[in-house]
Amino acid sequence: MTYMLRIMLLLVLLAGVSGLAQDQPVADTAAADTATVDPPAPVTNLTGQDRDNDHGHAIELSWTPSVDDLENPAGDRSVMRYRVMMWRPAFAFRVDTLRQMYEMVRNSYKPIRVYKPLVDSALSMVEQGVTSVAQLPFKVQLPADVDMTDVPQDLLRQTLEDTLETMVGQVEVSKDSVKTFRSTFLDSVDALTAAYATYPNNGRWDSIGAEPPGSGNFRHAGSKDEFSPDFLPDHTDLYYRVDAVTIDPDVYAESEIVGPIQSSGQWYNTGRTVVLVSVIIFTIFTILFVQQARGGKELYVRPLAGIEAVDDAIGRATEMGKPILYVLGLGAASDIATIASFTILSRVAKRVAEYQTDLIVPTYDPIVMTVAQEVVKSSYMDAGRPDDYHEDMVYFVTQSQFAYVAAVNGVMLRQLPATNVYMGKFYAESLILAETGALAGSIQIAGTDEIAQIPFFVVACDFTLIGEELYAASAYLGGEPILLGSLKAQDYAKALFVISAIVGFVFLVLHDITGVEWFTNFKEWYRVSD
Amino acid sequence: MKRSSLLVLAVVVILFAISWILKANQLSATEENYILEAFLITFAAFLTLSVLSFLYKDNPFYKFAEHLFVGVSAAFWMCLGFWSTLVKNLIPRLSEGLSEFFNEPYMPGDYNFFFWIPVILGILLLMRLSKEHGWIARWPLAFIVGTTAGLNFVRYLRSDFIEQISATFVPLLIEWQGVGHFFSNFNLAIDGQFVMMLSNWVIFVGVMCGLIYFFFSKEHTGVFGTASRVGIWILMITFGASFGYTVMGRISLLVGRLTFLFKDWLGLIS
Repeated sequence: MTYMLRIMLLLVLLAGVSGLAQDQPVADTAAADTATVDPPAPVTNLTGQDRDNDHGHAIELSWTPSVDDLENPAGDRSVMRYRVMMWRPAFAFRVDTLRQMYEMVRNSYKPIRVYKPLVDSALSMVEQGVTSVAQLPFKVQLPADVDMTDVPQDLLRQTLEDTLETMVGQVEVSKDSVKTFRSTFLDSVDALTAAYATYPNNGRWDSIGAEPPGSGNFRHAGSKDEFSPDFLPDHTDLYYRVDAVTIDPDVYAESEIVGPIQSSGQWYNTGRTVVLVSVIIFTIFTILFVQQARGGKELYVRPLAGIEAVDDAIGRATEMGKPILYVLGLGAASDIATIASFTILSRVAKRVAEYQTDLIVPTYDPIVMTVAQEVVKSSYMDAGRPDDYHEDMVYFVTQSQFAYVAAVNGVMLRQLPATNVYMGKFYAESLILAETGALAGSIQIAGTDEIAQIPFFVVACDFTLIGEELYAASAYLGGEPILLGSLKAQDYAKALFVISAIVGFVFLVLHDITGVEWFTNFKEWYRVSD
Repeated sequence: MKRSSLLVLAVVVILFAISWILKANQLSATEENYILEAFLITFAAFLTLSVLSFLYKDNPFYKFAEHLFVGVSAAFWMCLGFWSTLVKNLIPRLSEGLSEFFNEPYMPGDYNFFFWIPVILGILLLMRLSKEHGWIARWPLAFIVGTTAGLNFVRYLRSDFIEQISATFVPLLIEWQGVGHFFSNFNLAIDGQFVMMLSNWVIFVGVMCGLIYFFFSKEHTGVFGTASRVGIWILMITFGASFGYTVMGRISLLVGRLTFLFKDWLGLIS
């Protein structure tokens, strides 16, 4: 016992000493820290302006860092960050609250269809003879004197019907609340500009961001969506200041206030002039070559092995009496690869119609299916065999990637097509499809512009159209002046690319040799701003 | 049905039942709805094995998993499209009456006449169900394809053309101070002058030769043909690297599935 008491005494003493040992210096250090921090020099030359070349709702600020910036060895180096402050009227904070309340009311709203099935199910249980409240799917409020394990059927039914009526009433109230909050909120947003104009009355400074030491600019990129917490109204007087803050957040220096600044959107983005020029040049090339092709000029397109093989593959399928499987990929009808694939499908379908072979086109996208049906139908008509066409040739499977793959794989192994053609946009399913096709012993021809999937097709298919070859194939097969002209225009655009790259290379070498900075400007001509 | 098939089916059903019972027994200590939970895990394992059975050959279990997957996903996406796009987003912006019908809160401030355009285009798409007026369905198709192609034209021209030109402007001579200095300081360090210059040369030559390979309106003969062949070699080396990288990613997917089987289902690994 004595031994235990000794140990306890020792522990109490140790705890007391360690507590004292910890408390005392911490308090001293904190006091010492606050005592040593002096207010730093403020930032200077603070300017603000509307961000150029955008849709509005953004302001750019710039300033000269404080003399006491951490990055400046000549000063005290006490400024740890720059806190960007914006003056906001009290009304703006009320709008924030209103926005949150609206979101809350909207998110809590549940239509009656969520509750009704529960009540219906409870009612049907009552009709089947359930009399215990515990067996129902939700709690029912009943008078206190009723036995909860054996409630009379009429009372239970009546209570449930009353519950449903109450729920309907509550949902109606909730729906009205959503409408009211929404319209009140939107009215308040309209009044924000007037509220900001009351500066400096009825408002306060609010922190909107921070920048590390050494920095001298900040972009206040607000949102144009009124329902976003970051909404920044356009054409409104805004005021900013930047605080140079020390390690103690309460010790800082305020800059001069800059304002009023207004944000606004621009109709033309000067940073994208190079895109406009490129579009014009490319359009001129296209029109020029399309006109030439229409005028009867022969435009050469080099042979593509994959496309040359299509006719042989169709012939093989005919000889074997097996169908041809054409997969358009997972792209939408508006994807360039899918559009190119439609042209190739047209050619394949025409040949298939001529040879009277079967064609299977399972599709992933309903719109792609519609277009593909039109394409195949037209090809059968062009081949003079409209009666052989039936809509089941092109069918919709599903819009789930791997479910689609599972279905196509099943087709490959059950119907054993002689030829599989994969043209369009493919993702992770490319290797699964191509491997299964190889397993089934089909001749496979693939083409996609998805760079990451080309290796799989190269490995598992007999012929592969790499990237742009897919577009060229559609022009090669179609032979239409518009496609041939645009293909030629693309080649000229590529030639411009090569020339630009060589000129850029020469300029950079000249810059290295002569040291003249102007030579590096060439790269800036091709810079596209956001 | 053959006798052997019936036998296999019976074995699978018995194994499924045993697995379900064992799993339920294992989960009973921790899960409230342990019977349902055990069924879901066992069924997921059964479907996983059914899909993997395709590696052997096409069989009824694979067919079952395939049809279940396709049917469920097709119905799921249709329901999702209807309730989240039409009912949730479109109807509350167009009509108070329809919003009432679908029990969705009407958004009076969000009404926008332009929302009627997709509605009309959607209805026109359905016209293909009519034999007489099916041709009208081509209009919305033309609109969809035309507008997106137009939008993509500018997007691709920027990302795949102009920005690529800018990215190709790499200095082929880095910190160049003459041939003597280059050889006297020659080393194979990753950030050394030689390796950085070599890297930029590979980019420059690779892009040029790759582009030449994709010239379609000129025959690939002579110097042009040689550059084109270099281009296809560079493409193939790139594809090889990409292939290896992606295969590693696929193996991690397989590991995920095996983890499910051995951990969540069989409980063999912790």
